[in-house]
Amino acid sequence: MTEILPFLKNLLSAPGLSGNEASVRNLIEDAWRPLTDELSVSRLGSLHGLRRGSGPGPRPSLLLAAHMDAIGMLVTGVVEGFLRIGSIGGVDARVLPGQPVTVHARRDLPGVIVQPPPHLLPAEYREAPVPLEYLLVDTGLLPDEVERLVRPGALVSFAQPPIELGGEVLVGHTLDDRASVAAITHCLQELQGRALSWDVWAVATVQEEETFGGAITSAFQLRPSLAVAIDVTFAASPGSPSHNTFPLGKGLTMGWGPNIHPALHQAFKELADRLEIPYKLEPIPRQSGTDAFAMQVVAEGIPTMVVGIPLRYMHTPVEMVSLKDITRVGRLLAEFAAQLDDRFMEKLSYETTNAK
Amino acid sequence: MKSLIQKLVETTGPSGYETQVRAIVRTEVEHLADELRVDNMGNLIVRRGQGGPGGLKIMLAAHMDEIGVMASHIDERGYVRFQPVGGVFRQNCIGGRVRFLDGTAGVIGVERQDDPSKLPTLDQMFIDVGATSRKDCPVRVGDVAAFDRPFTDLGKRLVSKAMDDRIGVAVLVETLRQLAAQAIQSPHQVYMVFSVQEEVGLRGATAAAYGVDPDLGLAVDVTDSGDTPKGIRMEVSLGKGPAIKVRDSYILSDPRVVNWMVETAEKAGLPYQLEILDRGGTDAHAIQLTHAGVPAGCLSIPCRYIHSPSEMVDYDDVLQAVRLLVELLRQPVDLGAL
Amino acid sequence: MKQPTQSDRRLLRNSGPPRLGAAQIRLLERLCNACSVSGDEGEVRAIVLEQVRPYGEMKIDTLGNVLFTHPGQDQDRVRVMLAAHMDEVGFMLTNDEGEGIFRFDTVGSIDVRQLAGKPLWVGSEHVPGVIGAKPIHHTTADERKHSFSLDALRIDVAPGNGGKVKVGDRATFATSFTRLGPSLRAKALDDRLGVVTLIELIKHAPPNIDLQAAFTVQEEVGLRGARVAAYAFDPQMAVALDSTPANDLPPMDGDEDSENTRYNSRLGAGPAIYLSDAATIADPRLVRHFIETAEAAHIPYQIRQPGGGATDAGAIHKQRAGIPSLSVSVPGRYAHTPMGISRLEDWKNTLALVYTALTRLTPQVLENDR
Repeated sequence: MTEILPFLKNLLSAPGLSGNEASVRNLIEDAWRPLTDELSVSRLGSLHGLRRGSGPGPRPSLLLAAHMDAIGMLVTGVVEGFLRIGSIGGVDARVLPGQPVTVHARRDLPGVIVQPPPHLLPAEYREAPVPLEYLLVDTGLLPDEVERLVRPGALVSFAQPPIELGGEVLVGHTLDDRASVAAITHCLQELQGRALSWDVWAVATVQEEETFGGAITSAFQLRPSLAVAIDVTFAASPGSPSHNTFPLGKGLTMGWGPNIHPALHQAFKELADRLEIPYKLEPIPRQSGTDAFAMQVVAEGIPTMVVGIPLRYMHTPVEMVSLKDITRVGRLLAEFAAQLDDRFMEKLSYETTNAK
Repeated sequence: MKSLIQKLVETTGPSGYETQVRAIVRTEVEHLADELRVDNMGNLIVRRGQGGPGGLKIMLAAHMDEIGVMASHIDERGYVRFQPVGGVFRQNCIGGRVRFLDGTAGVIGVERQDDPSKLPTLDQMFIDVGATSRKDCPVRVGDVAAFDRPFTDLGKRLVSKAMDDRIGVAVLVETLRQLAAQAIQSPHQVYMVFSVQEEVGLRGATAAAYGVDPDLGLAVDVTDSGDTPKGIRMEVSLGKGPAIKVRDSYILSDPRVVNWMVETAEKAGLPYQLEILDRGGTDAHAIQLTHAGVPAGCLSIPCRYIHSPSEMVDYDDVLQAVRLLVELLRQPVDLGAL
Repeated sequence: MKQPTQSDRRLLRNSGPPRLGAAQIRLLERLCNACSVSGDEGEVRAIVLEQVRPYGEMKIDTLGNVLFTHPGQDQDRVRVMLAAHMDEVGFMLTNDEGEGIFRFDTVGSIDVRQLAGKPLWVGSEHVPGVIGAKPIHHTTADERKHSFSLDALRIDVAPGNGGKVKVGDRATFATSFTRLGPSLRAKALDDRLGVVTLIELIKHAPPNIDLQAAFTVQEEVGLRGARVAAYAFDPQMAVALDSTPANDLPPMDGDEDSENTRYNSRLGAGPAIYLSDAATIADPRLVRHFIETAEAAHIPYQIRQPGGGATDAGAIHKQRAGIPSLSVSVPGRYAHTPMGISRLEDWKNTLALVYTALTRLTPQVLENDR
């Protein structure tokens, strides 16, 4: 039985930056092995875990996707023992100075991101936020050792350890989107020993933060009948507009808009009402910025749904999420999977949905 | 190889109109191909080898198209207004010359600038082909032209327009020649794709990669260098060997492909550099995301002044790129697990 | 409903060329007055289904595209996909602020300067509402130099009506279709003109093509419906039927020498054939075929200026191993605003050109390399 909190904290200890997710994938694989019938890895490194259904073949399938890749940095050059860095994924350079990091060189090296003294910077940055290309990583080692150990391309991950706060709240980097990986894991646990009519694919995707490459290729390979992307969404917090955000710890969100099949949204809504799981409708007028955006238009098209876990301070090393929301999502996904039968796809027909 | 390069770079072939380039490539490679076809986008696809044990279906891609301009309006006095085809920089247009597909030559002029400190926009420019009226202007709306500068051999360095990516095309052609000349029986089924419309969004490679459905993909394209005065900060320089791409703004190269290229180069004693580019993309991105995914990377030729009419490469880098590709293709590949 | 038999279909199908008469204009009116913002195309889809159902095999895919097929009869047929998009740009309600007032966001690309002071239809019931604007009396001259920002605007359905609409509902400009002499004025001429054109082509499908008609969704938010429709159809070639801006007004920049060199297309100059837009470089073989057709049949046409913009062809041509594609559009002024204007004559000529080009299509057109 995987306890969600220790599992999630463990996931945060693996770098798994976009394009190099193997380290975190191995941890997820260990947790999913007892919970699935079959595990495999896609050609780009996504993890596919199958819970086989018992219905007659060919069985329809449900794909649950959460991305396991992390944003971070990579070494672009070595200058007198200091490391110049570029970004992987969307990193706001203003949160970087003073951040502890790990440089994954010939061996893992602890380091800190430093802002050079003003007189060494171009005039316009002496008082203004310093762009990424002028920040450096200092490992504390001497230049010749750094030259020996580090080359351009070495990955640099956030080293901020996770912090447990009261009220079942966890702080850490890369809760975007490993919180959702934990939610899917919880779902798989809830499904242990329960009958399933459909096949369920639990997929930890790669490269969401850069190209959605994992979602595109896994959806193409698996061709599910339905696909749900679970990703973090914006929780209300200082500076974020209140009309676009959701309370932390008070429930999950359900996407609504062109990226979501309206009947799928409706099915999730009715189920959550029945189970008394709190949720809010999240209007997504255009693109969802999640794996669902990619999966919806793969091959002949896939009905997609977006489930959101509210998170504060997205894309910083101190992201904040509620464990209650994670388990709510896990439970909702499990109940959704369990009730899928051979009549479900009829609900998705546009001829019945839009009887105007 | 210099005469092949010259022939290729001096041909007019902006995105969508690569026919003349393709004809040259075709002549160079048809006797070296086991199979040759042109697909629906106009990509030239050449297969060499049947593949065998330890072999993979490998797709290599270099794009035949170059940036250019397309006529959008001919005014009453015969001046031609234009739209860019691909990433055209304003500063590279002023005083420039263009050549249309049919050979018509033109000069780029600019409207009067009341504020000399501001760079004119492309719609403040026009092409003058020497016509005196719309009626006697040989150019029609939709006609395309490439920037026009002759190939120049500086000895160690070569300069021309369209090094991006005719140099990659030349590298692939020469690699095919070397595989044949050295009678190498590659264990791989090698697809050389001379792609179209890369500069407008990797369109040719997207379709070609779907059609070929490879096990491994490599683009051969140019990359920037960091070795010019107060230039971009980048570790790649001319003359230090071809660059193995770690990432650009479109792709995170598959780490196994990067390792395969690095290890092969080191074992064979060939020079290489590691490339991280904070902008730009290549056909490798399109290959990586096709079907159920393809381990992909890119071998880059360092190049100065990209997307100007005077792109500069180092001839040794080019020769070393060919050597490395031959080395990569001659041996079985075991990428291993990710 | 009983499926039409082969002989039923032959009876239903008019053997002559399609015409745009009163019935087609009434159909256009119904379609333009219907509300189908990207992702919520049900209203238009229902009308399309009712029109095309008797004419062939039809299915609705998982995104809501209507995919219609009708095999031809001749020996050497070409499998042709035609696409017209059902969606229009509009709005989505995002927050309920009470008293009938809602925050909203745009769906598709709409110039925010078109929004203030406009009536809307909200939700499936077309509940009337407005995007208000601050009274001029409460503004300063300085303030009036700056656009209203989307953040400052609201949709208002009046107190007491807030319960009739909800967060997530879509809204469109409340424009009713009307004829203005030679012109048509309506919202969503982009692309209801294409939708009617496609319906008429289905009803008069020539025997030399296997027709694959896609009434697509979500074109305005990224050509998304067309992408999956093309994958499913895997045609030999494709034509997108759309609208293109006619920015052919006189220059207003105060310079006597100014000439409008970026009109994109002109009203009254006929169907606009694309060579290149931001998403597609048209297949030259198809361009040649359509231009030759227009000249041989004396149908006026124009070349749509190369430049920005996109049609469903942008998604279609890159699908699978590549699909030769072309776009042909009806020119229209003021697209993506409350009131667009197109000429009836341009529409008629567009239908005539596409129909005639289809009848003259043979496998030889795509024989040579692109």
